[in-house]
Amino acid sequence: MSHLPLSRRGFLRGTAGLAGVTALSSLPLAARAADKLTVGFIYVGAKDDYGYNQSHAEGAAALKSMPGVTVVEEEKVAETVDVTKTMESMINFDGATLLFPTSFGYFDPFILELAPKYKTVRFEHCGGLWTDKDPKNVGSYFGYIDMAVYLNGICAGHATKSKKIGFVAAKPIPQVLENINCFLLGARAVDPSITCQVIFTGEWSMPVKEAEATNALCDAGCDVITAHVDGPKVVMQTAAGRGAYICGYHANQSALAPDKYLTGAEWNWGKVYTDFLTKVMAGGTIDNFVRGGLAEGFVKMSPLGPAVSDAARKQFADTQAAILKGGFSVFKGPMKDNTGKEVIPAGKVYLETDVALESMNYLVEGVLGTTS
Amino acid sequence: MTDLGLWAVPVAILGGAIRVSTPFLFVSLGEVLTERAGRINLGLEGTLVFGAMAGYAVAYESGSAWAGVLAAALAGVIFGLLHGLICSLPKVNDIAIGIALMLLGTGLAFFFGTPYVQPVAPRLPAIDLGFWSGIPQVQAALTVNVLFLVGIALALGMAWMLRATRIGLILRVVGDSTDAARAMGLRPNAIRIAATATGGAFAGVAGAYLSLFYPGAWSQGISSGQGLMAVALVIFARWNPLNCVWAALLFGGAGALGPALQSVGLSDGYYLYYAAPYVLTLGVLIATSSPNRATAGAPGELSITK
Repeated sequence: MSHLPLSRRGFLRGTAGLAGVTALSSLPLAARAADKLTVGFIYVGAKDDYGYNQSHAEGAAALKSMPGVTVVEEEKVAETVDVTKTMESMINFDGATLLFPTSFGYFDPFILELAPKYKTVRFEHCGGLWTDKDPKNVGSYFGYIDMAVYLNGICAGHATKSKKIGFVAAKPIPQVLENINCFLLGARAVDPSITCQVIFTGEWSMPVKEAEATNALCDAGCDVITAHVDGPKVVMQTAAGRGAYICGYHANQSALAPDKYLTGAEWNWGKVYTDFLTKVMAGGTIDNFVRGGLAEGFVKMSPLGPAVSDAARKQFADTQAAILKGGFSVFKGPMKDNTGKEVIPAGKVYLETDVALESMNYLVEGVLGTTS
Repeated sequence: MTDLGLWAVPVAILGGAIRVSTPFLFVSLGEVLTERAGRINLGLEGTLVFGAMAGYAVAYESGSAWAGVLAAALAGVIFGLLHGLICSLPKVNDIAIGIALMLLGTGLAFFFGTPYVQPVAPRLPAIDLGFWSGIPQVQAALTVNVLFLVGIALALGMAWMLRATRIGLILRVVGDSTDAARAMGLRPNAIRIAATATGGAFAGVAGAYLSLFYPGAWSQGISSGQGLMAVALVIFARWNPLNCVWAALLFGGAGALGPALQSVGLSDGYYLYYAAPYVLTLGVLIATSSPNRATAGAPGELSITK
C-alpha cells in the first residue's frame, strides 16, 4: 500500500491554519465542507474479476476524478481478521476517513468491532444490515438487484423450452437466496410450471467448480442459466458453449456470447459512490441505512439480446415500468418454501424495500436445491 | 434433453473425470519426470498459473490457441530451468526454492495478467467422441480435448521410456544415486536441469489447458491448487506415469461428484461432497500405507528420502 505524502496530522494542521484565514473559520467544524478526503476501498477478490469486485472498483475509479478525493484500494482481502488489519492500515497510514469494505462477510464482526475504536472514521459497508444498535459511524448500503434478477427471470421464462432453468450460486446467504427466488418467480410469472435447479459451489470464486456446476445444470436439462458468483464469466461461457441461454450478473457479459445473452442484472456503483462523496464533500453525512433499486439508479439492466422474443420484451417492459413506479411486490403470501412449509402467510405483502427480505433463509417452491 | 435420472451422476463423473483431470495429469507427469531425476519441484503450481496466463495472453494476441499452448510450455521451461539451475548450486534446498518459485510464478502471472481477464481468447478444439450416442449428456461428457489424449500418450510414452530406453535408465540412475551416475560418466546436474525444465513445460501446458479449454478463461482464481495437489498425486501414484493417469481421473471424477449430486436433487450437505477428493486421497493413502513400504518406488536421491 502506498504512503501518501500527506499524513493525517499534517492534513489537520493544514486545514486548521487555512481555517484561520478564511471566513469559514466562524463555522462549526462539522458543518464545514471537507476540501480533502481519503477514501479506502477493500475488495474480497481481484478488482478486475469481470464481476462483483470490478463493479465496485469501477465505482471507485469514478471518484478519482473528483477534486480533493484520494482513493486507496486493496484487493483480495479475506473475510477474516485480515480485513481488520487492512482497515487499520488504511486509517493509520493512509489517513482514510471514509472506508468502503465491500464484501458481505466484512460486516459482522470485523467492522462492528473496529468502528467504536475509530469514532472519527466512517465505515460504509456494502450489503450489511445496519440497525439502531450498531455504531453510529457505521453505515450499510445495497441495491435491490433482486428486482433486476426478477426481470432476468421473465426473459428466462420466455426463452426456456425445457421449462427448467438453472442457477450457479456461491453461498447460501440471504442476498443469494433472494436472487435465486426472484429468478424463478420472474420465470413463473411467464409460466408457473417452470422449475429452477440451483447448485451451490461454496466459494465466491472457483472457476473449475463453477464450470462443473454449469455442465451439471446443462446435463440436468436446464436451458437458461444465470449465476451469483464473483466472476460469472466462466459460467456464461460454459453455458453458452453448451447451447443454453444466459442471463448476466454484476456486469454486462453480453460480449461473451451475444446470441445467447438475454439480459443481465448490473450494478451501477459509479453513480452511488459519486452521490455519497458529493454529499460528504459538501459537509453532509451519508445516511446509516441506504438502499436503492432500478428507480434510484443503483442497479440497471443490460440491453435485451436478439434472442428475446417480442412477447418477452413486452412483459419485460411492463414489469420494469411497474417496478420503477414503486409498490411492486414479488414476495407476497401465500407462499411456500420448497420443503412445503408456508413462509409468507396469505395476505402478507413484502415490497422490495422491506428489510425483512434481507434475512431470507429459504428457497421458494419450485427451486430444486437446499440451503445447507 | 433426455432425463437420465440417477444415471446422470455416473455420466457427470465420467465427463468431469475427462474434463478436470487433464491439468492434474500434466502436472503430475512433469513432477514424476523431475522427481525421477532426484529433484522435487514444488513450484509447479506457480508454473501452472503463469502458464495459464501466458497461454491465454498469447492465444488472445495471436488468435491461435496452439500458439498459446506453445508459449505456456516455453514459460514452463524457463521456470523449470530457473529451478534446476538454482538447485544445482551447493547446499540449496529444492523444496524451499520450489515454494519461492511458486509465489513468484503466481505473482508474475497476476501482475501481467490483469489486462487479459475480460477479453475472450480462442479456445482449444475438442474431439467429439460421443457421436455414437443419441443422449446429449453422454455426447457432452465425451467431448474430449486433444490435450487429454496427448497426456495419456505422454504417460504411456514415459512409462515405456523409463522402463526400456537408455534415456530412462540414465534418468533413473541419476535419481537413485548421484555417485553411481558419476561413476557411469554422467553429469547428474545437467540431467536434473533438463528433467526439471521438461517437467516445467508439462506444468505450463496444464495451465494453458485451464485457461484455454476448461474452464476456459484467465482469472486470478483459475487454479484451485491443481498444481499442488498434482505434486501429492505423484506420491500417491508411486512415481509411476501410468498410475498418474488413474490418479488424475479419480481426482477429476471426485471433483464432479458435488455438482452432479446437487443436479439430481441430492443437495443436503454439499460441502461434504466437495471434500470427496481429499477424503479419497486420505482413504487411499491410509489403505496403501505400510511401515515397510512407505517410500516404495521413491527415487533414492529425493530430499525427502535422503
